[in-house]
Order: sequence, then structure tokens, then C-alpha cells
Amino acid sequence: MPNFIMSYLDPKVAGTPGGAGNQFWALIYVLIIFAGVSTAVICMNWLERKALAHFQVRLGPMRVGPHGLLQPIADALKLMLKEDIIPAEADQFVFWVAPLIGLLAAFTVYTVIPFGPSQAVSDMNIGILFMLGVSSLGVLGIVVAGWASNSHYPLIGALRSSAQMVSYEVAMGLAVVSAILMTSMNASGTGTLSMIEIVRAQQQQGVWFIFKFFPLGFIAFAIFAIAMVAETNRAPFDLAEAESELTAGFHTEYSGLRWSLFMLAEYAAMIAVSSIAVTLWLGGWMRPFPNLLHAPAWDFIFSLFPGLTFGGLAAITFIGVVRMSAQSFFKIQRIGLAVFAALLGLLALVLLVIAIAGRSADTSVAARFREGIDYVYWFVLKVAVFMYLFIWYRATWPRYRFDQLMKIGWKVMLPISLGVLMLTAIVGVILS
Amino acid sequence: MNPALNSALNPGMTPVATPWFFYVLAGLAVLSGVAVITRRNAVHAALALIVTLLSVAGLYLMLYAPFVAGVQIIVYAGGIMVLFLFVIMLVNIERASKDRRFNRIWPVGLAASCALMALFVSAIVKGSHINDMFRDRGIPLPESSNTQQIADLLYGQAGKMGPYTFAFEIASLLLLVAILGAVIMTKKKI
Repeated sequence: MPNFIMSYLDPKVAGTPGGAGNQFWALIYVLIIFAGVSTAVICMNWLERKALAHFQVRLGPMRVGPHGLLQPIADALKLMLKEDIIPAEADQFVFWVAPLIGLLAAFTVYTVIPFGPSQAVSDMNIGILFMLGVSSLGVLGIVVAGWASNSHYPLIGALRSSAQMVSYEVAMGLAVVSAILMTSMNASGTGTLSMIEIVRAQQQQGVWFIFKFFPLGFIAFAIFAIAMVAETNRAPFDLAEAESELTAGFHTEYSGLRWSLFMLAEYAAMIAVSSIAVTLWLGGWMRPFPNLLHAPAWDFIFSLFPGLTFGGLAAITFIGVVRMSAQSFFKIQRIGLAVFAALLGLLALVLLVIAIAGRSADTSVAARFREGIDYVYWFVLKVAVFMYLFIWYRATWPRYRFDQLMKIGWKVMLPISLGVLMLTAIVGVILS
Repeated sequence: MNPALNSALNPGMTPVATPWFFYVLAGLAVLSGVAVITRRNAVHAALALIVTLLSVAGLYLMLYAPFVAGVQIIVYAGGIMVLFLFVIMLVNIERASKDRRFNRIWPVGLAASCALMALFVSAIVKGSHINDMFRDRGIPLPESSNTQQIADLLYGQAGKMGPYTFAFEIASLLLLVAILGAVIMTKKKI
């Protein structure tokens, strides 16, 4: 057994644990990803409330912990302790199973998300197909929840959501196909559906697909970026839970832990679709200019970025500590924030030490560790930009009307994505 | 799955497709298939059908046909079943569940399913000659290039038509006609 565990750490073994057939490390990766995504959802919860508040010239949560940093934890505790109500007329079993369907669909797709060339649970030959398919199962949770509540608003929310998802999936799929077509622009003329190979194709061709055949790649990316907001039921496409019309839409009757499972699934699905966009068009785990600036010196400079990012966060937090009122009422909060800043600084220090220790491009443990951190860092950074955009959209744009939503989906996005697909194919044939 | 075939398909890999997976998936498919036809509530039946489709997708994966599995999930479980549920939810479940269920053509259905079962049983009994029955279909496709090989069969390699290109194009034309027909029938004024 120890041999089996250690065999994956052999520098000669390249690839994902799934590809190496090592179930132990696959399980470890699954646990890390699960913990990471859950933490990201907690951070996102806090960030969304704070950012939305600042967009609207409010302060947002300020009471629980310094700058409301402990608010998500307080929220989670509250939701867990809250009474769990199942309406008397609801379909008990389906009501119970609906949030789990959404959650399972949202988390299953993480098996193929490539955080790095070997930093993924598994690499499937049908990676992108698997992601689109399983993430489209998430709508079942919403539809079934709305129906099982046996109430009018949830049912209308569920119907809206299913119509919306089916409409936008078409444009989304066509945009994805045009990106996959671009992977076949190589000597052998064979494309790929595997997530890792898609990123490798961008590396070989020396261009992120968003910039390939400009503006075709960019238009396909834009269509995907719009459709993914609609797919995850986020503003301005949150017709399924339009609070001004439907109270809370499909989850009106849900409360407590079950409701929080819906939220968890929604945010996990947001991260998942953002990862698809990053993988297909923004070069996945690659740092900027990996081919142009590939000297070891550049490698070293770029590997300092993770440490510097956390150093910057620590500095901002320290400024927060200094600026906080010196009144004795805020004493505990100041100490708490200072501890948080110190933790961030420590993390920054560890990352910098790893970057410096592993700067030689050999196969030592430190070098491999540094490489892995780099890949995951750039991937997560790109995904984080999308997550911030989701908040930004919500703060900026008013909700669409349902007929407008359908008109955009079928009469604008679908023809454009079909046109882009055809043009991509034509340009590809001419250039190859 | 035959371990020898397994190792031949994926040299140097430990087989994941163990009999245990097959029995779990097949059992799940059969159980939920029975639930589809016995549940009185149409939404429950639809959910059971989704479980059946997903476990069949798992069986495709075990047969080293990941592309078929992916398409099964996208098209059936993700697309068609959502539309099914969409329609079912508009039906009055309370009244529909009290309707008489099996109507008079059930003997025909029974006969048809028995005939299908006989076909499958005979195929299994003749299993040792399975390579004689499907001689040129028994080519094992390695999992790592399954999609590419399907593409070669459907579209052909560079410059020449594949064996199924014509049939594939005809089928897609047929589907296009069906889509247009559906639009024209439901929308009188275009």
C-alpha cells in the first residue's frame, strides 16, 4: 500500500491521478478540491455582500468580526440551526432530493477541471462534453424543487428556469464547438475534447483562443460569457428567482440547510462554468506569455506572483488595522484583523520561500511544488476575475423581462454563434 | 469486463471497470426502469427514467465508449428529460394519477418485449460466436481516442468519405426536416 501511494510521487509519473490509475491520490485531490471550492464559496459569499454594498454606497456587513469577515460563518451557523420546514402538501421525497441533485451536478464537474497539466482528478477523452452534460443536469434540481414545493411561485420559477436553460444551452454549445474546432489547427488536423489537451493546444498554437482568428474567438467567448450567466441563473438573467415577481422563485418554500445547499450549488456551478471559459478561451493554467517569455528568469519572476498577491492582501489588511478606530470598543476587532493580516503575511512568506527554493527547473520536490502552485494560481486568478464579474453584473444591470430573455437567446445569440462557428470552420480550412 | 481485453485496451493501467461497477449500474438501471412503469406519479416516473439513463451512460463508459456516454447525458438526461418534466409539470398530477393505467393494448406490449428479450437471450447464448455475428463491429476502440475514431467513421479521414458519412448526413437532414415541420405545425404565422 505505501508503495502504491508513493508511486504517484515519482517524478517520472506525469499526468493526473486518474490517468495514472492511482485511486488514493484521486481521492486526496477530490477532498482538496471539495474543501477549496467550499472555502471559495464562503469567500464569495462575503465578497458579494461587501462588493454589492460598496456598489450601492453602503457598508455591508460590519458587525460580525472586523469588516464582517466572520459573517459567512455566522450565516452558516444560523442556517444550520434554523427549523427545516417541509410544506405539508409538498412531495416529501422529491422536495428532499432536489437540492442534492443540484449539488451533485455542480460538484461532479470538478473531476475534469484542469487546475494544471497534472493538477486534475482525471483527464477524460470527452472532458468538455462531460462538463457541459453534467452541469446541464443542475437544472433538474431547480425544476424538480419548484414542482415539489406544490406552490405557484416556485412552479413558475421552475418553468422559467427550464425554458431559459434549454434556450441558452444551444448558443453555449455552439460557442464551445467553435473553440474546439480551433484545437484542430495543428499538423495532424485532429482536435480534442479533453480539457487538458485543449489548454495544451493553445500552448502549441501560441495563442489563447480568445485572440485566435480575431474577432471570431472573441465573439464566441462573449457568447459563452453571456450564456453562462443565464445558465447559472444569475442577474441579469435571474428570472427563476426574480424576487420582485416570484418572492424567491423556485426556492421560496425552502429554508435552513436545504436552502443553503441550493446556494452552495449555485456558487459551485458559477465557479465550474467560469473554469470552462478559462480553459477554452483564456489558456487555462498558463501564465501570461509562456512561449514568448520562457527563459528561467521569467519563470522565476512569474512564480513570485502568488506570494506577492498574498503579500498585497496582507498589506491591505494591515492598513485596515491601522485605520480602524482606536476606541476600546474596537479593541477585539483590531486584534482579530491583525491576526488575519499576520496569517495572510505568513502564507505570502511560505509561497515566496517555495518560489525561491524551487527556482531551478529540475525535478526536485520544491521545484515540482512551485510549478504546481504556479499552475493553480494562474487558473484560480482567471476564475476569480469571472467571479468578480458575476458580482459586477448583478450590481450593474437590471433584470430582463422574460420575452426579452427568449428573444436574446433565440434571435440574437443563436444566429451569431452559428455564424461564428461557420466562419471559424471556413477560416480554419483556408489557413490549414 | 474481461480482464485480458481490459489490459489489452489500456496497457499499463489498472482496470477501473470491475464487475462490481457493472452489477451496481445494471441493477440500478433495472430497478429504476421498473419504477418508471410502476410509479403512479408522472414526475417520479420521469425522475426514475433519468436514473436509468444515467446508469446506462455509466455502462457505456465501462464499454470504453465515453463519447456515447457523454452524448447520452447531454441529450437524454440533460435535454430531453428537462423538456419531459416541463410538460409533465403542466399536467394535473392529481387527476392523471387516478386515470386507468394499462390500457387494452398491453398484450401487444408484452409480446413485443418478450420478443426483444428472446433476441437478447439468443445473442447471449450464442455469445461464444459473437465475433461471427458482428464480425467487423468487434473492433475494440481504445478509450483515449474513442471520439476521434467515431469522427473518422462518420466524417471520413482527410479527403475521403467514411463508411457512414452518407447515412449520417441523410439522418441529419431527416432531423432538420422534423425540426422545421415542428416549427411550421405549431406556428401558423411566420
